[in-house]
Amino acid sequence: MAVLGQSVPRREDVRLMTGRGRYTADMVRPGQLYAIMLRSPHAHARIRSLTTERARAYPGVHAIYTGRDLVGRIAPIPTAWLPPGSDLAVTEHPALALDTVRYVGDAVAMVVADSLEAAREARNLIEVDYDVLPAVVSVTDALRENAPRVHDSLPTNLALHWRAGVDVSDAFRTAEVTVRRTIVQQRLIPNPMEPRAAVAEYDPGQESLTLWATSQNPHIHRLLVSSVLNMPEHRVRVIAQDVGGGFGSKIACYPDEVLVSFAARELRRPVKWVEERQEHFVATTHGRDHVEEVELAGRRDGTITAVRVKALANLGAYLSTAAPGVPTILFGLIVTGAYDIPRASVEVMGVYTNTTPVDAYRGAGRPEATFLIERLVDAFAREIGMDPIAVRRKNLIRDEQFPYTNAFSITYDSGRYQAALDLALQALDLPRFREEQTAARREGRLLGLGVTTYVEMCGLGPSEVAGAVGFQGGLWEHALVRILPTGKVMVMTGISPHGQGEETTFAQVVSDRLGCPLEDIEIMHGDTDQVSMGWGTYGSRSTAVGGGALAMALDRVIDKAGRIAAHTLEADVADITFDGGRFSVRGAPDRSVSFAEVALKAHLAWSLPAGVEPGLEAQASYDPANFTYPFGTHAAVVEVARETGEVRVLRYIAVDDCGPLINPMIVEGQVRGGIVQGIGQALWEGAVYDETGQLLSASLMDYALPKARFLPPIEVLHTETPSPHNPLGVKGVGETGTIAATPTVVNAVLDALSPLGISDLSMPFTPERVWRAIRDAEKGVGGRNHDHDAV
Amino acid sequence: MPDPVSPTAVTLTVNGETRVESLPANLLLSEYLREHLRLTGTHVGCDTSQCGACTVLVDGLSVKACTVLAVSLDKSRVVTVEGLARPEGLHPLQAAFQARHALQCGFCTPGVLMTAAGLLRETPRPSPSEIRAGLDGVLCRCTGYENIVAAISEAAESIQAAAGGDAIWPS
Repeated sequence: MAVLGQSVPRREDVRLMTGRGRYTADMVRPGQLYAIMLRSPHAHARIRSLTTERARAYPGVHAIYTGRDLVGRIAPIPTAWLPPGSDLAVTEHPALALDTVRYVGDAVAMVVADSLEAAREARNLIEVDYDVLPAVVSVTDALRENAPRVHDSLPTNLALHWRAGVDVSDAFRTAEVTVRRTIVQQRLIPNPMEPRAAVAEYDPGQESLTLWATSQNPHIHRLLVSSVLNMPEHRVRVIAQDVGGGFGSKIACYPDEVLVSFAARELRRPVKWVEERQEHFVATTHGRDHVEEVELAGRRDGTITAVRVKALANLGAYLSTAAPGVPTILFGLIVTGAYDIPRASVEVMGVYTNTTPVDAYRGAGRPEATFLIERLVDAFAREIGMDPIAVRRKNLIRDEQFPYTNAFSITYDSGRYQAALDLALQALDLPRFREEQTAARREGRLLGLGVTTYVEMCGLGPSEVAGAVGFQGGLWEHALVRILPTGKVMVMTGISPHGQGEETTFAQVVSDRLGCPLEDIEIMHGDTDQVSMGWGTYGSRSTAVGGGALAMALDRVIDKAGRIAAHTLEADVADITFDGGRFSVRGAPDRSVSFAEVALKAHLAWSLPAGVEPGLEAQASYDPANFTYPFGTHAAVVEVARETGEVRVLRYIAVDDCGPLINPMIVEGQVRGGIVQGIGQALWEGAVYDETGQLLSASLMDYALPKARFLPPIEVLHTETPSPHNPLGVKGVGETGTIAATPTVVNAVLDALSPLGISDLSMPFTPERVWRAIRDAEKGVGGRNHDHDAV
Repeated sequence: MPDPVSPTAVTLTVNGETRVESLPANLLLSEYLREHLRLTGTHVGCDTSQCGACTVLVDGLSVKACTVLAVSLDKSRVVTVEGLARPEGLHPLQAAFQARHALQCGFCTPGVLMTAAGLLRETPRPSPSEIRAGLDGVLCRCTGYENIVAAISEAAESIQAAAGGDAIWPS
């Protein structure tokens, strides 16, 4: 039975459903101590004095560390994406603040004690005298002359200034139509259900450190943590066991994991730190947070001729690990979306503010790009009185244009954009929806449709490109396939899944190629001592890049096994075929040997062909030739309650093309989960700071994560267009939901509100904000940007 | 110095095993389960009782273990996610969760399963909207909930189809 393309139940599930998962916070090491952080309550302040004597004397306290204690002993927290040509101003980021705190949540001290209770009591005894300074919170304020400076060492709050594309002023000057919008893409807080955690243990005999951490990329953490601690890389082992979601927030190298490791080395005792949820809100990186001026030039017939984007990206108080690459490379190069737009220009200013650092959050740059182009296309359609679907159809890149090089010289691998649009509209039954909408409007009901045609750039990526764009790492992937004497299979992969299900999908790939049952395969990941190398799970790269490495390693195993089989069967290698787990001699099917028998012969090595080494394992490193470019069409039907402003999503249809599906059930799970996060941004989620830099939405009571009863069923459909350069043809699907869903729902709501003359509104579309917009429109002041509490 | 918390005697049954304990009065049920009994399937995902990852059954009702003091549960019966499966295999809820791909990272899953157990005990045949309302106390960031709703529906059907539906619930 074919195993690829089947919805095989996940092998991860049984342990996770029976309480036998191993999450970092579940760990107990003999003699472990507990660490907690003292964090700044101020967004910007000088530390006049920091007194720890009373706290140190508290029973059970082993150590209290402050910024001063770390000087010269550990290096600053690094930034690892340095886009060239971006005038990047990287400032020093000490793991514990030295004399200045720069955001609420900035750590000023770490307490290590016998118990959490003792650590908490001792923390209360630390005396910090702050001299509170003026704070800047919004990007626009931060760029004003005389704005308080987040870093004294810099002349302004500008962290980076990056441009791409060509001068488009001619295109705009001569355009028949131009539309312009100010777009606020609010700050989001990732909130995986598992907070971050770290347990570190130092072995003084081996002079080695083991760090168990909630990581999406343990090898990157090994590299960065060892460099900050000034420990040789080979003496640091990072282990990511079961990780409870990440969405980008577990990529970065944070102060906390480094501090716990430092303390374990100093104290020669295991040290455990578990983030509290309210701590997560301030101490784990945030996402998005753009203010953009965006413009589109076009013709009255619906042709888009140029796009111009000026974006201010709030990067928070420090440049987190990948932060500079997110609003530049991952955003700017794809703002023309799925459309054949010949000219475009992007200018991005990354800005320091007294807020939590901003880094990757599911989609990382590509949702921001998709949102702005999809808003512009709808605004353009409205301006020229054309159906927004017709405008999309007119401008979509046509099948025969692939591989297609966009206005920023990046090449989309493959696509059938019209087919995905057709499938979505067929599922929607557009004529019937139009009838319903007409009828609803006659009754005064606010019913709207949003349609997004998107493309994204993922499967990160060729290492050569990584280098060219300043990513301080490779983006290839590694796999080792080890066949045991009994024919059982162990795979070590450099990706680090945390919910995506690769223990199952990778086993399906192995089973498909080797013809062995799934039960005979173990997929191992997340331990740097076990897995040779890897760059981790983010950017929808696990199956595209990690799966590519796996496919290559499997081919090498089969190649070697084939030579042994030929020797065993006394046939020429060229005459050996491999099918269904058996090697046979072409034309003589009765002369055959099973893969497991070959595995045993390879290990016994009693009789191997000349030049063939004993054993049966192979490794491969796959460096893709290009990114992959998934695409699709999403459509949402919404109704807005005129009296309350409440938005109900009535239908949601997703057509995604991520190439062939290895496990449709898992793909659909990724799509649905991403869409709900995207709906969350459109309707509910948003980090809100007050002007002093206090995070007002700092708990799950104040920050609205999507809940089951507010969500519609999601209809998930696919087209399948393989990536021509990927060994499995796959493109990646982890981020398409957040990329496509936010503009889909926003455009649907604005379509619903269009009879009232409301043409724009800032996210999230909470009932209050929508109600105010309706009320203002009914009073005759509609049409403006209802940006009441955006920062 | 904090007040030393005087130990309090309590007798409670956890996953069918009766325990006579002397516990600090300020010990949360979630802490008792995770730290004293090492039943780490009960997860703690927040500090404001919003996420529901710590949900367990107390005398058959779903309760957030971070909201209850262990010493208040004298003579109570507690079932955690570790007590849901039966010797012969997965509980129908667990089987349906796997079949319907109702979990991804798995961190919220124990709480969602125990919330679902409490829901089906009270409402053996819930409609999809009743299930969605019943999930109000839990947060899942991975799945978008739809597969969870489908799995609970499927489990409800299979429990009803099996003779003696009540016997399915651990006590």
